[in-house]
Amino acid sequence: MRYLRGIYIIWLREVIRFFREKTRIVGMLGQPLLYLLIVGNGLAATFKVPDAPPGFSYVQFMYPGILGMAVLFTSIYSAISIVWDREFGFLKEVLVAPVPRWTVAVGKALGGSTVAVMQGTIFILLAPLIGVALSPLMVLKLMGVLLVMAFAITSLGITIASRMETMEGFQMIMNFLIMPLFFLSGAMFPLRGVAPWMETLMRLDPLTYGVDALRNIMYGDTPLRDFLVQFSLGLDLLVVAAMALLFVGTGALAFNRQD
Amino acid sequence: MSDAVIQVENLVRKFKDLTAVRGVSFQVARGEVFGFLGPNGAGKSTTIKMLATLLKPTAGRALINGYDVVRQQDRVRRSIGLVFQDPSLDERLTARENLFFHAMLYNVESRVFKRRMQEMVEMVELTDRLNDPVKYFSGGMKRRLEIARGFLHYPQVLFLDEPTVGLDPQTRSKIWEYIHALRQRENITIFMTTHYMEEAENCHRIAIIDHGEIVAMDTPANLKKLVGGDIITILTTRAGEMADRLAERFGLRAAGQGNILRVEVEQGEAFIPLLVREMGEDIKSVTLHKPSLDDVFLKLTGREIREESVSAVDRIRVFRRGRRR
Repeated sequence: MRYLRGIYIIWLREVIRFFREKTRIVGMLGQPLLYLLIVGNGLAATFKVPDAPPGFSYVQFMYPGILGMAVLFTSIYSAISIVWDREFGFLKEVLVAPVPRWTVAVGKALGGSTVAVMQGTIFILLAPLIGVALSPLMVLKLMGVLLVMAFAITSLGITIASRMETMEGFQMIMNFLIMPLFFLSGAMFPLRGVAPWMETLMRLDPLTYGVDALRNIMYGDTPLRDFLVQFSLGLDLLVVAAMALLFVGTGALAFNRQD
Repeated sequence: MSDAVIQVENLVRKFKDLTAVRGVSFQVARGEVFGFLGPNGAGKSTTIKMLATLLKPTAGRALINGYDVVRQQDRVRRSIGLVFQDPSLDERLTARENLFFHAMLYNVESRVFKRRMQEMVEMVELTDRLNDPVKYFSGGMKRRLEIARGFLHYPQVLFLDEPTVGLDPQTRSKIWEYIHALRQRENITIFMTTHYMEEAENCHRIAIIDHGEIVAMDTPANLKKLVGGDIITILTTRAGEMADRLAERFGLRAAGQGNILRVEVEQGEAFIPLLVREMGEDIKSVTLHKPSLDDVFLKLTGREIREESVSAVDRIRVFRRGRRR
């Protein structure tokens, strides 16, 4: 009970705070839309994807990738707020409270992923606008995958943020971790046809499997499947789940550490 | 076991090659107000952090309410409340929400919480601001809310780490009124740190800490005796004659130059009437100087408490608070 209490409080705070920040909500929805509309349409006009089957549009390819990106950025942002909390003290209030510290990490990860899934869901509901047909069941499956992805990424962010002292480090993390994870995830361009060394990197990026899982669910039953999807849904889910378990473990450990 | 609610033996904390706390030992009795007085960097906050389970001691032992701060952290955390040097409120949440989260974290029953919250915010006069987001609060209001929050879960010991740093003098004395009123009501033990001499007067006992060591520990009155008694300065027309009479009549050795005499007595305010009755016709004026904790600190450490550097830090704090988010 007292574990659940700790997790619940931290989660609740995260969600309440999210709804208080109007600019954050706007920014969270605006950024992926911007990517999708401007980058997606721009790239679609310039590039021809090799061997594209008839009826394929680049935006269809990119849409699941942008969904993954939205979740990635939102999750990391949530996790990074730990550094703010440390700098401005609220973290101390939580750390001296009689709740185990790992529950703080888990609550935080759940709070961040809840926020990310809310954003992702709004984004999923825009699917008809760009010509992707989704059934209610598919929407639920997508939300499920997004939740596990978001939980994994928030936990990774918490692991890193628990060691960070200032916000200055955040830019480094963005440049050297988050952007490469995003670009190598196959969100913007497909795995096939890139240089071998790059393909290796892309296969090592756990996010690749998350984005592939989203494509699996969206296009698994369409003729586009063979062209858009890389791995089996089973493998995708396995990697994403393993990533979630691993990072929530490291996050909890990082939080339990006492100086 | 004694009735000491805080027992500290030889507590040491090292950071890499810096030893912040060098083996401090003390005990605090239940209901006592105990203060750590010392300049910034003396090891006050490090000690509080160790007692509050935020830092592990490098060596030594500390018991709070009978529980070990290393091995029984959860029990220790239940026994204490904390008001940190820097605000630790969530500024986006309202005052009520901040208190609510605290009550949840400390497992205060919701019925108890409602009653308790009303009592506490009434004490610190924030009842009509309960539903406002904390970011619109002044520094003093935030402090008051934090103090109310610190008392909320009926702690045995309340730690106040520089509770009034960065606040203006009126707000500071108001904060102390609240703390004393609450303390008397709840019979709680208070452990506080400060570098403001006049605030240390609020304590029953003070430990003066410098470079990580306790250099003196006693009541404020006894500490002041370390620097001697009260100094009485007399302006007189006949210095030489009066010096003789002071020696003869009161057994006092007067020092002085020209027409000024200085004598040291124990109870200055009681001595002045006697003095005036005996030799009033020769006295032009009398000044009484009671020794302050500043004098004690100066005598014990050979330095003034570093007020200038301290106020620079305060200024940065105030600045940071102002532009926060």
